[in-house]
Amino acid sequence: MTQPAPKNGIIEKLQKEILSLQGFRQLPGGHRIDFGLGEIESSFPNQIFPTGAVHEFLSSCPEDSAATTGFMSGLISRLMGQSGACLWISSKRTIFPPALKAFGIEPDRVIFIDLTNQKDVLWAVEEALKCETLAAVVGELTEVTFTQSRRLQLAVEKSRVTGFLHRCNPRIVNTLACVSRWKITPLASELEEDMPGIGFPRWNVELRKIRNGEPGNWQMEWVAGRFRHVRPTFSEAKTDLLQTG
Amino acid sequence: MSRRYIAIWFRHLTADWFTICQPELKDVPFVLASPERGRMVVRAANILAESNGIEKGMVVADARAVFPSLMVIDDKPELSEQLLNAHAEWCIRYTPIASMDIPDGLILDITGCAHLWGGEREYLKDIVSKLRSSGYDVRAAVADTIGTAWAVARYGQHSPIVEPGEQADALLSLPPAALRLEPTIIARLQKLGLYQIRNFIGMPRTVLRRRFGQTLLDRLDQALGPSNEYITPVQPLEPYQERLPCLEPIVTATGIKIALQRLLAMLCTRLSAEGKGLRSATFKGYRMDGKVEQIEIVTNGASCHIDHLLKLFELKIAKIEPALGIELFVLEAPVVEDVDPVQEMLWKIRRADDTGLLELLDRLAGRAGMSAIHRYLPDEHYWPERSVKPAASLKDQSETPWRTDRLRPVHLLARPEIIDVTAPIPDYPPMLFRYKGKLHKVNKADGPERIEREWWLDEGLHRDYYCLEDENGARYWIFRLGHYDGNRPEWFIHGFFA
Repeated sequence: MTQPAPKNGIIEKLQKEILSLQGFRQLPGGHRIDFGLGEIESSFPNQIFPTGAVHEFLSSCPEDSAATTGFMSGLISRLMGQSGACLWISSKRTIFPPALKAFGIEPDRVIFIDLTNQKDVLWAVEEALKCETLAAVVGELTEVTFTQSRRLQLAVEKSRVTGFLHRCNPRIVNTLACVSRWKITPLASELEEDMPGIGFPRWNVELRKIRNGEPGNWQMEWVAGRFRHVRPTFSEAKTDLLQTG
Repeated sequence: MSRRYIAIWFRHLTADWFTICQPELKDVPFVLASPERGRMVVRAANILAESNGIEKGMVVADARAVFPSLMVIDDKPELSEQLLNAHAEWCIRYTPIASMDIPDGLILDITGCAHLWGGEREYLKDIVSKLRSSGYDVRAAVADTIGTAWAVARYGQHSPIVEPGEQADALLSLPPAALRLEPTIIARLQKLGLYQIRNFIGMPRTVLRRRFGQTLLDRLDQALGPSNEYITPVQPLEPYQERLPCLEPIVTATGIKIALQRLLAMLCTRLSAEGKGLRSATFKGYRMDGKVEQIEIVTNGASCHIDHLLKLFELKIAKIEPALGIELFVLEAPVVEDVDPVQEMLWKIRRADDTGLLELLDRLAGRAGMSAIHRYLPDEHYWPERSVKPAASLKDQSETPWRTDRLRPVHLLARPEIIDVTAPIPDYPPMLFRYKGKLHKVNKADGPERIEREWWLDEGLHRDYYCLEDENGARYWIFRLGHYDGNRPEWFIHGFFA
């Protein structure tokens, strides 16, 4: 009869092996990027935000789309770090580069590719995901088929680039080969009592799907260059200074 | 074997060039002048002006006093060198060693070349007549040494051809200036009454050295032959072009690709040996029926990477119509730049200016055009539409930092959209607004932030921007155009905050 402790160890080991077989490789040397996502990270496989994978973001209106851009920018800024470059591929771009600075991205390190049709966007995203020197690739697409997303997944498995697909108002929300599916919606910001103006950007972060993880729903804020969870009992924000004037 | 040289003297090099470019100047006395210490000084004059007593080095005001209707043209300082270089390259048809003799001459080493034209006389006649017929007033002379050829070309009275070994005879009757001496030495010789070279050529060398310095002796030796003089021949820039003739006409895409691959390999080997990379390239196919098919590529950065360039071309090979077949392929690189030496990296660092990224951008540009790629730098304008400017290149950096003091929306509409607003006057933010048929109730607001229109760039009213948050938590950037002065001001939505 075996002891329960070694058994657990074996199961954990086997689980890790399965994960690595499925493409969730841990970076060598224990190097991991801190995304500051807090408790969301416990829903990810290996408790790490999956890099070297394609994430799908859904949004249904321009307001949602802005919130999604904000959340994505927060993640991309960590991926880009001090010297990375990012490609932002879209056909109807409305991103205003100076605003990215507030989310920790140097806007001059983002290269925008403005194409005229969706087919070109898809091709460009695939080409970009094959380029190992990029830190992140954002593709603003509406319609993607499963086969097309599979191609993107194969590209990132080789190059370890992190891809973000931002689908604004897709006709059908079909299954994709992406590692996750997110939906970010704006939430009313909260301020200290009697303070005028608008507070920090606050979102409802819904992780609808995650491969080998647990989906969930959280409320987050972007405060002074990092993510912060918002508890229903709102009290600790009083110490922080407001940045909007 | 003794050497032979030709010295060519352009008597009015720049003036002749202006006359060739503008034939109406032919009958007008004109000078080329440029400013020096606050006055205009004559740098060159044409024959008509010279016959009126105007010389190089005169002040234009003096020249005008001599000849009131004198025409003055601005001189181009580099012109004479450019012209000489062009002529020296042209002279390579006569001899492989042609050099410039700044400011107004050429020196050709014609050793062993003249017999191809049937003797030195015909050779010299050919060069001079060709230059004269193109409009330049030239004199030329042949001699064993550069010094004598130079002297005879400028001061010689008799035959322009000095027979081998007869330099001394040719020089005797010439003035000392023919020895390319400095003005101070020439003045001293004049002062002593030594008007011709024959007057001092027989003097003991020690005497000459003591009186006039070593230079005079060196120049004499160079002219007479004992000491050698070297010239730096011009080396014409070979165009970056490769040709590939085919035995059989090529009609298939595979064949074209193979031809392209070979040409690229040839061109890139040459480019990488010279430390250069191409910025644009043209691939031409000469068809059997006389038509030329061509495809072009451009790159974002200088590149001599064969695989990458081939990939760029591959996207366009389908556009070539071989018809009956292509018999000659030509690859040209019209724009070539120095390439940054690629550092061998021990580990991969994610850098913004990596070659992998450049090559990716080239591929994207090849498919969608250069206009699809944008990168932005901050610009010193408050007006939102002008606060960013497109960067010229991938390495372009800005001196001004990105502004962070004011919150800007992540999504900015290309054109502000008009909205209906209910707002208490005068400067309060709206309470309600209607955008795309949907009514939004404003819960929180920031503002106004007034941004004045830059009157020196365009006309119009200022904008008062407000950040609004509606009951659902969505955040908007809206503005009012102008003041409330009697009429109803217009409100616009301009962006969405994250």
